[in-house]
Amino acid sequence: MDATEGRVELDDLRETFGFLDDWEERYAYIIELGKTLPPMDEALKTEATKVRGCTSQVWMIGREFADGQGRPCLEIVADSDAHIVRGLIRILHILYSGRPKAEIAALPAETFLHDLGLDQHLSPSRRNGLFSMVERIRALAAA
Amino acid sequence: MDGATRTFDVMAVRRDFPILATQVHGKPLVFLDNAASAQKPEAVLQAMDAMYRTSYANVHRGIYALSDAATTRYEAARETVRRFLNAASADEIVFTSGGTDALNLVARCYAQAFLKPGDEILVTESEHHSNLVPWQMAAMATGAVVRPIPVTDAGEFDFAAFTAMLGPKVKLVAVAHMSNVLGTIMPVKRIAAAAHAAGAKIVVDGCQGAVHCRVDVRDLDADFYAITGHKIYGPTGIGALYGKREILETLPPYKGGGDMIETVTFERSTWAEPPARFEAGTPMIVEAVGLAAAIDYVEALGVEAIHAHEADVLEHATALLARIPGLRIIGTAQEKGGVISFAVDGAHPSDIATLLDQRGIAVRAGHHCAQPLMVRMGVSATTRASFALYSTRAEAEALAAGVERALALLR
Repeated sequence: MDATEGRVELDDLRETFGFLDDWEERYAYIIELGKTLPPMDEALKTEATKVRGCTSQVWMIGREFADGQGRPCLEIVADSDAHIVRGLIRILHILYSGRPKAEIAALPAETFLHDLGLDQHLSPSRRNGLFSMVERIRALAAA
Repeated sequence: MDGATRTFDVMAVRRDFPILATQVHGKPLVFLDNAASAQKPEAVLQAMDAMYRTSYANVHRGIYALSDAATTRYEAARETVRRFLNAASADEIVFTSGGTDALNLVARCYAQAFLKPGDEILVTESEHHSNLVPWQMAAMATGAVVRPIPVTDAGEFDFAAFTAMLGPKVKLVAVAHMSNVLGTIMPVKRIAAAAHAAGAKIVVDGCQGAVHCRVDVRDLDADFYAITGHKIYGPTGIGALYGKREILETLPPYKGGGDMIETVTFERSTWAEPPARFEAGTPMIVEAVGLAAAIDYVEALGVEAIHAHEADVLEHATALLARIPGLRIIGTAQEKGGVISFAVDGAHPSDIATLLDQRGIAVRAGHHCAQPLMVRMGVSATTRASFALYSTRAEAEALAAGVERALALLR
């Protein structure tokens, strides 16, 4: 559980979630992950950047940049006023942010979240907005 | 505990509700989202099942025994609602698809038909959107204006502010009998008297009130009183509107179709008398019978005994939650029904509700369809626990313990 100490990679996430079987520990870890989310400038939290379909407030933008090979990549900048949702955003951030846009569309977010035991959060009827966030990221990558 | 509470055996009552024996995330269900919709007792499930199996046909049409039987059941349900609300006549009870539909009926048939530009509709700022948006729509259609009646910091009806707003332009006052967010029981009788003295009509949203208050529409002197079935342990898809007969008789129809007409030619139609005038098409026959079964169930337990029991659970939950550092109860009216909304600095309601869900505790987080009220109370959202006749002190304790544990994780 070293979420607060620097970079957390996909494999770390899988491994950590793998040995957390108690729901309280899992949520505590999700909340900790949220604390490692790169900050979002308050000025960017506007109506235009809001992701709909969340009980809490979620804001998200994409910043495009070119990687070493000149491919267009997407940096995800996002935040929420709820701790658990911020943690879920951090997981999406680890999964998606900084990758080439072409790769993002093909990433199997569902499979990955299922592996973490978080797929129950991905239902469109869940009002935490994880589903809407994934949709938003894919739309940003397709733009 | 008073006598009424002692004679109310909540554990026996719980056995009447099959869903209460189920588990969520491997834990016993603690259902505290009753203000959104309540669970159903066997009596309701069986009444609906039995009607489909033994006495179902379309109503008001057939000259055969089964249709006769169904019509008798449907009209008996109307009589049950009349008795429950103490209306003067069953003709004053219109079946609707729910509370929202009932309020929209008034907005369409009364407000849109009779309001003129500059007329005023007064609506409390604590209203559910279903008792605000229909008036905004009626105002848009007629040029009338919707004005907010303030509530106090405790969430009580601001009577002084209200009377100061009354004047010749005010034609309609819309108020909930009980707030779905704050739990406040509004002084409807006083409000009605003041509204009538000023020449206005009063529309009461009784979706919570019919569950948690004794309702007597004649004593309240309400012109309209809207209820919904699913919050009072009945099925979804059914509600009722009480309207004073002399007002209903002056209203144009709501929807056009079968059963609401007297005569039809291709040139024009004439309308049936109320309540048929407002019940176009095949009505919610079995749902009406289910609603009547729910009302019978509630009345058999005793409305006063239920309210005393709920008040006991509410008081216990309030005391337990109030002890939690940093927790602020939103809505501290003197007269409250079984609803507690609360906010905690640094802990979003969405987080609290998510963590409570893991313990099998169902609560609601959000604006509860009352966004103007959230602004008024200075919060973006609340967590809301709402009680029913089957709620227990032990559930209140589970809630408080769950909130404390959630806050320990979140802080």
